[in-house]
Amino acid sequence: MTAQEILESLKARFGDAVLDAKVEGVPDPWVKIAPARLKEVCLFLRDDGEMQFDLLMCLSGMDYRGGKLGVVYHCDSTVKHHRIVLKTEVTDADPHVASVESVWKTANWHEREAFDMYGIVFEGHPDLRRILMPDDWKGFPLRKDYQVPEFYNGMKVPY
Amino acid sequence: MEATMTQPTTIPGLSRALKTEEMVISMGPQHPSTHGVLRLELVVDGEVVVDVIPHIGYLHRCFEKHCEHMTNYQQVIPYADRMDYVAAMSNEFGFVVACEKLLKIKVPERVEYIRVIMAEFSRIVSHLIAIGTYGMDIGAFTPFLYCMRDRERVLDIFEQTCGARLLYNYMWIGGLSHDVQPDFAAKVKDFCRYFRPQIKELNDLLSYNKIFIKRTANVGVLPADVALNYAVSGPVLRGSGVQWDLRKNDPYSVYDRLDFEIPVGKGLKGTVGDCWDRYMVRIHEMEQSVNIIEQAVDKLPVGDVASAIPKRIRPDAGDIYVRTETPKGELGYYIVSDGTATPFRVKVKSPCFVNLSALPAMCRGAMIADIVAVLGSIDIVLGEGDR
Repeated sequence: MTAQEILESLKARFGDAVLDAKVEGVPDPWVKIAPARLKEVCLFLRDDGEMQFDLLMCLSGMDYRGGKLGVVYHCDSTVKHHRIVLKTEVTDADPHVASVESVWKTANWHEREAFDMYGIVFEGHPDLRRILMPDDWKGFPLRKDYQVPEFYNGMKVPY
Repeated sequence: MEATMTQPTTIPGLSRALKTEEMVISMGPQHPSTHGVLRLELVVDGEVVVDVIPHIGYLHRCFEKHCEHMTNYQQVIPYADRMDYVAAMSNEFGFVVACEKLLKIKVPERVEYIRVIMAEFSRIVSHLIAIGTYGMDIGAFTPFLYCMRDRERVLDIFEQTCGARLLYNYMWIGGLSHDVQPDFAAKVKDFCRYFRPQIKELNDLLSYNKIFIKRTANVGVLPADVALNYAVSGPVLRGSGVQWDLRKNDPYSVYDRLDFEIPVGKGLKGTVGDCWDRYMVRIHEMEQSVNIIEQAVDKLPVGDVASAIPKRIRPDAGDIYVRTETPKGELGYYIVSDGTATPFRVKVKSPCFVNLSALPAMCRGAMIADIVAVLGSIDIVLGEGDR
């Protein structure tokens, strides 16, 4: 399916959950989904006979500056050979996104990483804790407004 | 978890049932046969592993944070080298391909062919280390020395080309740092002639060794559907019998003009997707890499390797996800540009990170001694997993 057809299909089925999209003139066509509806959209993308997105290539946390955080999902189908990018946006005051761990197991660690680096909370994730940073680290290092702390457990951080 | 636990047993002559409970063992933060600094938390019931919880991050060097603080894109490449330090060429290859697609640069044919040769050499180097250390994990010391000996020959070719043996900074956006030396083609062909019989020797030494097969066949089986759901890639995915290689399925550079096959696991010694299959895919991939290198050297066109290197790198605002097939699997770069010379965001989808996340699925129900066999068969480099 082309990106345009995927977009039409998503619009027909989920209507108001599709907030925005760009499928032409970009290297990777994308669709913006409301954060709370994300899981059902992903389930549909994985299980529908026409879609069959069985591979979640990448899941990236984002900070778009100005208190806007986001998550980007790169989906691929090894059967149908088409791909689509899902984007979702939340505010840093309420950074809650539905977890897709139960849809694609690979999201487990990727979501933990996005939580670790951006503080995005994935609702329904079975084991949401830091993965790369130490457990007692304060703050979310990849946020654009992050200040590197002077000390960590008495050790000087900037070298 | 309850179902896999041993039920209390009554022993004749003993009035009460024996109390059994699970035990938590911490393996690491060094040991798991020192493929890197990693800690595995094992939940065991006697000798049987009920669950494995990997703890990573000991080698986290803030690659993505560093990228956002560079003054230009070119400065990222030495850092990309240091992710998977045994196959640095493949890492920079992925990054430059992504940047070139973002900048819409067309690179000269000669550059593409040299890159492919280098990437395939780095696949051989990485697989030699994977195979050698895997033998060592299981108790075979000699194959490791043979592998390191052959690896040196490839490193000599790298050194002759760009002066470095491990971390190259060789592929630049739009070109290469140096052209190859005049006797490059002869040396490459020499190596190919030398290396083919070595693969056979490795097979005799290790692959078809009875003890090795006993330790790896039917161990750590990963079914194809689980493998896809975990999005594992590279030899781990192909070991499970899935014919998926980005060099064929999502071709980049000049791979579509070269003739090679994609080996998959067939379960010859046990079950499809066991450790032996994953191991054997690497052996066959080395054979295919030699084929690719020979073809590419024959086709190597003349040209200038620096003609397309842009003076200033300032991509238009936008984002791109580009994936390439490294020795470990699918290495993806998600690059977001805001129109300035500094990347707004670089996210790395690291194959080791993803493959390691599937470790619990492979290990549940195995013996403690098998954990090291399974971990070695994934071939992780934590420099890339932790970034």
